[in-house]
Amino acid sequence: MPTDRTGAQIIWECLVHEGVTTVFGYPGGAILPAYDAMLDYPVRHVLVRHEQGASHMADGYARAGGGVGVAIATSGPGATNLVTGIATAQMDSVPIVCITGQVPSRLIGYDAFQETDITGITLPITKHSYLVTRAQDIMPAIKEAFHLAKSGRPGPVLVDITKDAQQARLDWEWDPRPVKLRWHRPKASVSRSDVAKAVDLIKASKRPVILAGQGVLQSGAMKEVRQFAERINAPVALTLLGLGAFPASHPLNIGMMGMHGEAWVNHAIQEADLLLAFGMRFDDRVTGNIKTYAVNAKKIHIDIDPSEINKNVQADAAIVADLRQALKDLLDAIQPADHSQWLKYIGSMKGDSAVRDIQTLPDNGHLYAPHVINDIWRLTDGKAIVVTDVGQHQMWEAQYYHHELPRTLITSGGLGTMGFGLPAAIGAKMAKPDAEVWAIVGDGGFQMTQAELSTAAQEGVKVNVAVINNGYLGMVRQWQEFFYERRYAATPLRSPDFVKIAEAHGLAGFRVEGRSEVADVVRRARETDGTVLIDFRVEQEDSVYPMVPAGADLDAMIRRPQPSVLVESAADTI
Amino acid sequence: MHHTLVALVEDKPGVLNRVASLFRRRAFNIESLTVGRTDVAGISRMTVVMDSDEVSADRVTAYLYKLVNVLQVEDLRDVPTVARDLALVKVAVAGHDRGQILRVVDETRAHIVDSGEQTMTLEITGEPPHVDKVIARLEPLGIIEMVRTGQVAMRRGDTALSAARYS
Repeated sequence: MPTDRTGAQIIWECLVHEGVTTVFGYPGGAILPAYDAMLDYPVRHVLVRHEQGASHMADGYARAGGGVGVAIATSGPGATNLVTGIATAQMDSVPIVCITGQVPSRLIGYDAFQETDITGITLPITKHSYLVTRAQDIMPAIKEAFHLAKSGRPGPVLVDITKDAQQARLDWEWDPRPVKLRWHRPKASVSRSDVAKAVDLIKASKRPVILAGQGVLQSGAMKEVRQFAERINAPVALTLLGLGAFPASHPLNIGMMGMHGEAWVNHAIQEADLLLAFGMRFDDRVTGNIKTYAVNAKKIHIDIDPSEINKNVQADAAIVADLRQALKDLLDAIQPADHSQWLKYIGSMKGDSAVRDIQTLPDNGHLYAPHVINDIWRLTDGKAIVVTDVGQHQMWEAQYYHHELPRTLITSGGLGTMGFGLPAAIGAKMAKPDAEVWAIVGDGGFQMTQAELSTAAQEGVKVNVAVINNGYLGMVRQWQEFFYERRYAATPLRSPDFVKIAEAHGLAGFRVEGRSEVADVVRRARETDGTVLIDFRVEQEDSVYPMVPAGADLDAMIRRPQPSVLVESAADTI
Repeated sequence: MHHTLVALVEDKPGVLNRVASLFRRRAFNIESLTVGRTDVAGISRMTVVMDSDEVSADRVTAYLYKLVNVLQVEDLRDVPTVARDLALVKVAVAGHDRGQILRVVDETRAHIVDSGEQTMTLEITGEPPHVDKVIARLEPLGIIEMVRTGQVAMRRGDTALSAARYS
């Protein structure tokens, strides 16, 4: 039955129909009608302290929960503040829908107060966007936005709605029919010839490596990847965003690849005769110098986005399909294989795991970030959702927190957005209220969005914030040390007393300066109600090893200096 | 190298912007871009001529398909096509022999579409190289103003890029 509704009410009707229960936002003039209507709908609104926080929270919410995250902002500065979070979601293919208010349609183009062309601004960083000027167009736009955000290769969609469209009334009812777009892509399907080609390559391979990316998580293909790897007895290397897609403890998991991947992983890739790329895009941080990347390997590339095929690396067999379906089809066609020699060889590069166990190293009085992260990993059984910021701590997290479960590492990979960690962690906690959520952040990135501590306090959510505080913009400092003769331009960083910052928000704060205190404080933080901040005062000039300098060959890694105070990997010595 | 791509797109606000933005963002060079209606309401057709190698042309097609308003893309390299470009050229007539201009008109299938006291306006239609050639002949006579539509193109033979299937 059509009912009298305002455009503003239609927005919430649609969101509720799409299953939205939580939105992240900040009110303002052009979105006020929508905020007024919101009070009558069963949706939890999280008031952020800056709209960038809203888009990152929506992002963390989507990545942790597997659904669509929603951010709301007003026109002008409200909308432009969303931009960094939208670009982050675009680069990492995260389904979020951003709803912005816009000045009344008759004022568009007149440089009205708080007018900005947000659909124009976000055009290159959204999957799609809508400018809605009439109430009757709100439902189709929102329905399409959700459909587009989560279908195919997911991504952010923006819906900009003028104030007059929110205020207009009409007789309205929900249209339950599924979205039908003229933008019809032939159903991504697995062609037999692709499968046949891939099967032949797999059969002929003696040194295969599976490269598992975020597509595994988005497709929900964890089981299939595992079956596949076990069937052909092939090692699995993961991208940063793929961590968690394959259990860290699985004997076929060799670890993270790329710029800060383990040495043996990059060597294995360079020496492979077949790469099986599952839902990953051969990003430059993964390949190093593309001209010398795995030159002796045939490549099988499975991705849902056809534009990724042959973009960075030429594929010998390409399957454009949902990964899970593609692997199911491949699993029907492949025979068990034995690559124990190859695995043994990789294992010999890897060396003795007891040697690499940083926990067994003597306490030399210094506190190193890897120790902190390793302790958090142990104490949480590798099962917490960890959200990172960007920089050294992010890479140490990837190296020393061994993720067993899918969707338990949330990190800004493609855009490398500092300031992502805290708000995304709040979003993740909202999506998974029963999960233990850690935000592992640096002292630099944390201060970019530190104000969201206040949001966490107001909402009463519990996020454990571990600030890896080294008094520098650490990753940039590391590059300056390696490539700019230790000329530390603008990287020394003086921070406020983070414990007092936490206390000022009514939250608990701890400081840790020695390795022996880490475990106890982590335990106390976990037991404390509400968001907790721990200021880990770590070694100031520590660097992340190994490192492939940008653009260098993947196996031309900068190794850990000798003697190492940290991990003595056998791979570092070959 | 020049490549011609044809795209059927939805006739919605901002579509031209989306396509142009894609070329700019991915650093492809557009030689010409024309857009106009098709026989089906709500569907426009774009012809893009780009200066690129083969690989880039493949990339562009893949990227165009990522745009929600792009319905179908046809790559016209390596297929026989009918291609047309149209130019309007205003040339000076004062100070030299009008006969020279008329000779060019006679020999090149150009049309005189307007003439004033000081100038004469010609319409030249044809394959882009033909239009180039005529313009080159007119240059010494003094071109006052000129506009070209950019190339439109269609595959020869019975194979058609039909907009009707999207109606």
